[in-house]
Amino acid sequence: MKQILEGSRAAAEAVVLCRPTLTVAYPITPQTHIVEDLAKFIADGKLDAKHMEVESEFSAMSAVVGGSAAGVRTFTATSSQGLALMNEVLFAASGMRLPIVMQVVNRALSAPINIWNDWQDSISARDSGWLQIYCETAQEVVDTTIQAYKIAEDKNVLIPVMVCMDGFFITHTLEPVELPDQKKVDRFLPPYKPTHAFLDPKKPMTQGPFAFPKPYMELRKQLSDAIDNSDKVIKKAHDDYAKSFGRKYGNGLIDEYKNKGKKTAIITMGTLAGTVREAVDAHDDIGLVRIRSYRPFPKEDLRKALKNVETVIILEKNIALGTGAGALFDEVRSALYNEGKQKVLGVVCGIGGSEVTVDDVKKIADDSKKKKNGDIWWLMK
Amino acid sequence: MKKDDLIAPGHRTCAGCGPAIATRMMLRATGKNVVICHSTGCMEVTTTQYPLTSWKVPWIHVLFENACSVAAGVREALDAQGKEDVTVIAFGGDGGMADIGIRAMSGLMERGHNVLIVIYDNEAYMNTGIQRSGSTPWHAATTTTPAGKISKGKEQWKKDMVAIAVAHHVPYAATASIAFPFDLEKKIKKALEIKGPKFLHIHAPCPIGWYFSSEKTVEVAKLAVDSKMWALYEVENGEKKLTYKPKGTPVADYMKLQKRFRHLSEEDIKEYQKRVDESFGKMFGK
Repeated sequence: MKQILEGSRAAAEAVVLCRPTLTVAYPITPQTHIVEDLAKFIADGKLDAKHMEVESEFSAMSAVVGGSAAGVRTFTATSSQGLALMNEVLFAASGMRLPIVMQVVNRALSAPINIWNDWQDSISARDSGWLQIYCETAQEVVDTTIQAYKIAEDKNVLIPVMVCMDGFFITHTLEPVELPDQKKVDRFLPPYKPTHAFLDPKKPMTQGPFAFPKPYMELRKQLSDAIDNSDKVIKKAHDDYAKSFGRKYGNGLIDEYKNKGKKTAIITMGTLAGTVREAVDAHDDIGLVRIRSYRPFPKEDLRKALKNVETVIILEKNIALGTGAGALFDEVRSALYNEGKQKVLGVVCGIGGSEVTVDDVKKIADDSKKKKNGDIWWLMK
Repeated sequence: MKKDDLIAPGHRTCAGCGPAIATRMMLRATGKNVVICHSTGCMEVTTTQYPLTSWKVPWIHVLFENACSVAAGVREALDAQGKEDVTVIAFGGDGGMADIGIRAMSGLMERGHNVLIVIYDNEAYMNTGIQRSGSTPWHAATTTTPAGKISKGKEQWKKDMVAIAVAHHVPYAATASIAFPFDLEKKIKKALEIKGPKFLHIHAPCPIGWYFSSEKTVEVAKLAVDSKMWALYEVENGEKKLTYKPKGTPVADYMKLQKRFRHLSEEDIKEYQKRVDESFGKMFGK
C-alpha cells in the first residue's frame, strides 16, 4: 500500500524496519525531521532501541563506532557540517571494519554558510572508506537503507555505508512511498550477529590497535580490496531485494534511462536524475546514466553503458576545488580513458541549492554539440 | 589487591612509567568484567602493537578525543544486550581527556551514562614529546613552554578537572595517585558501586617528561601529594572530602627532583609555595 509521506518520515520508517539496537543523533538542518521522527518512534515504543542525543556529530559517529564495536546494529544520520565534523571518525569506522549505516542528507558546506542542497559534503568524504549510495526518490531511500545493512554486514564486506539523499528535495517533500512489510524485511535482513568485532569480557578482544608500516599497509590494502569487491554484494543485495519487494534501480550500481541507441548520455546522481529524465523524454538525442553507487565507483558498468555514445555530459552538484571540475568528471573520464572515443564534458550545477530545470538540461544537451572534449562549465543563472 | 595482572608485561612503556602503574592498579581494582575504551596516547600505543596486545580484557581504541563518546556507545550497546553488569571505563591521558576530549567527556557526564572516566595525568603531551597541556602545572617547562631568558615555563595554572566533573552533577568524582595504591583501589571500587557517570583523576608521573630518574616515580608521586601539589580527595554527591592529609612537605622538595622546575629561582619557588598553600587552603581549609 502506498502512502503519501514526507521523505524524512520515509527515511525514519526505513530505519525502524531495520531494527537497529543503537541509534545516535545530533540535529542539523535538513536532517532534523529524520531524527525527530526516529525519536518519536522510539518514544512511542515503535522501535525498541537505545537512543542517544549527543553533544556533537563527532560524538554521534564515535558512539555508533562504540556500539558497533560492542556488537550491535547501529544507525545515525547527518548532513553537511555534521559530516565534516565526523570526518576523522569516518576513517576509523571503515578501518575498524564496522558495518554502520548512516543516512546523509546532502547539503552545501560553509563558507558562506548555506543550508541548501548540493553534494559537497559526502563527495568530500569519498576517500573515507565508506560505501556511498545516492538515492533519487524517498522510495529509493527506504529500499536502499534496508539494502545498506545487508551490504554492510555481509562477511565479505564489513564496511560502513552512507545512504545519500538530497536535502529538501527528498527530506522535505511529500511522495507516494510503499513501506515494506516488517516480516518480509526481517527475512531479508536477519539480526546482526558479529563474529569479527564485539566487546565481551568472556572473550576479550583488542580493537583499534597501533600498527607499524607493514601491517598498516596490509590492512589498508584489505580495506581497499573489500571496497572494490563490494560491487558484487551491492548488486546481489539489490537483486535479492527486487525479488522480494518488486522494486529495482537499474543494476544496483548504475541506473540507465532510455540510454540505448542515443548519441549523448547525461551522467548524474540523486534527485537531479529526475530532472534529467524529463529532459530525456523531451529530447531525441539524450539518455540518462544515473550513478547509484559512487563508492565503489562502477567503472566497468559505466564503460558498458557508455560504449556506443558519442558525448558524455556529467552534471554534478559539487566541485573538486583545484581541479576545475566536479569530482565525478575526472573519475568518469578516467574510466573511459582507454575507450578513447567519447567526448567527455563536465557541468558544475546546483551548487548551494541553485536551481537546475528541465530546460537547463535540454540547453546543456544542445550546447554540448559546440563543446570540445574535456570542456567544463558552470551553470550560472 | 588481586595478584593477577590484567595487563601483560612486555609492553613498550618507558622504565618507571607512571601511567603503566596507574593502568595496572586500575585493572586490579576492576577485575576482569570490564571494557576499556582508550583514547590515543602513551598507554595505547605502547600496549597494542598489532598483532600483539597486552590487554587481557576487552579493549577498544578509536581516536584521540573520543574515548568518552565511544564508551557511551559501548555502554548503551552492552546494556541493550543485557550486559549491565559489565563495567565500562573511558580511559586516557590528560591531553586526550582533559583537553581535546573534553567535549566528549562533558557529553558523557551530562547524559549520565553508567561509565567510569579515568584520566592518567602525566601533565603534558608525552606521547608526542612533552608538549604542554591544560593539565601541565604552572611554571613547568615543556618543549612548547620552554624556560628561557624571559620565560618561566607554562604561564597558566593547572586545569581543575574534578571541579568540571562536579559541575556536571556526577555522583562521584575523585583524585588518586599511583603512590597511594590502596586509596586508588578503594576509590575505583566505590565508583563502581554507583550507577551513572563517575570520574577519577590519577596523578601519574613521567620520568621522561618531568626529567627525573626512572626509579623515583613513586617517590615523586608521593612528594606531589605531601607537598599539596596534588590533593587526594573525593566529591560524593557534591560533598568534598580529603582522603589523605598531606604532610605539608615544601614544594621545593618535590621540585628539586625534576628538571622541569629547575629553572625556578628561590624567589620563584617561594611564590609557588604561596600559591599552592592558597589554592589548597581555598579547597580544604588549613
